[in-house]
Amino acid sequence: MAIEVKIPTILRTYTGGEKAVEAKGDTLAALIDNLDDSHPGLKGRLITDDGALHRFVNVYVNDEDVRFTGSLETALKDGDAVTILPAVAGG
Amino acid sequence: MLRIDRAIHDAIVAHARRDHPDEACGVVAGPEGSDRPRRYIPMLNAARSPTFYEFDSADLLALYKEMAANDEEPVVVYHSHTATEAYPSRTDISYASEPNAHYVLVSTRHEDETEFRSFRIVDGVVTEEPVEVVDETR
Repeated sequence: MAIEVKIPTILRTYTGGEKAVEAKGDTLAALIDNLDDSHPGLKGRLITDDGALHRFVNVYVNDEDVRFTGSLETALKDGDAVTILPAVAGG
Repeated sequence: MLRIDRAIHDAIVAHARRDHPDEACGVVAGPEGSDRPRRYIPMLNAARSPTFYEFDSADLLALYKEMAANDEEPVVVYHSHTATEAYPSRTDISYASEPNAHYVLVSTRHEDETEFRSFRIVDGVVTEEPVEVVDETR
């Protein structure tokens, strides 16, 4: 099953400049593992050492922020669209 | 160097003054790769705080979709400091993740004088750059 993942500018160094790549997974966690297999290093930019989604990034599945849909346990199916964006925030 | 239209510069300052003492934030989008800030987009500070700002996550997604549809990117990302100088804080640096953007800081700490400064923030390194306010960049 193929899921399109949109990659923000800052992470395109991991995708050879591609704005979108395809990946597989039943959950967001599995998808990120799969992404890291084909684009090593990406996972470390998305997930903290404690295994949680990094606060510096927002991840959306079909326009829903995954913080409201189960975070890394969010279920995925064929044809879903995942968008990764850097949070715009500061102090 | 950041070269910016006077009208957009003034709109950013007015936004910062309007939201004081909370921090104001927004972007100026421009054609991808052009380095020209053209479209002023004030954003809501979802944190509504005098010491923190954050784009609402749904607003953020809508903004990036709109920019993608227009072949635009965020040329300027701006926010205000309302009690401290117009220099990126440690939090600003940790969040900065648009390597092509000019990070504009506005300080409204003095009532009669507004600081407006621009920085590049790449891999945690802050570099200040000159700002040229022009009457028309087109």
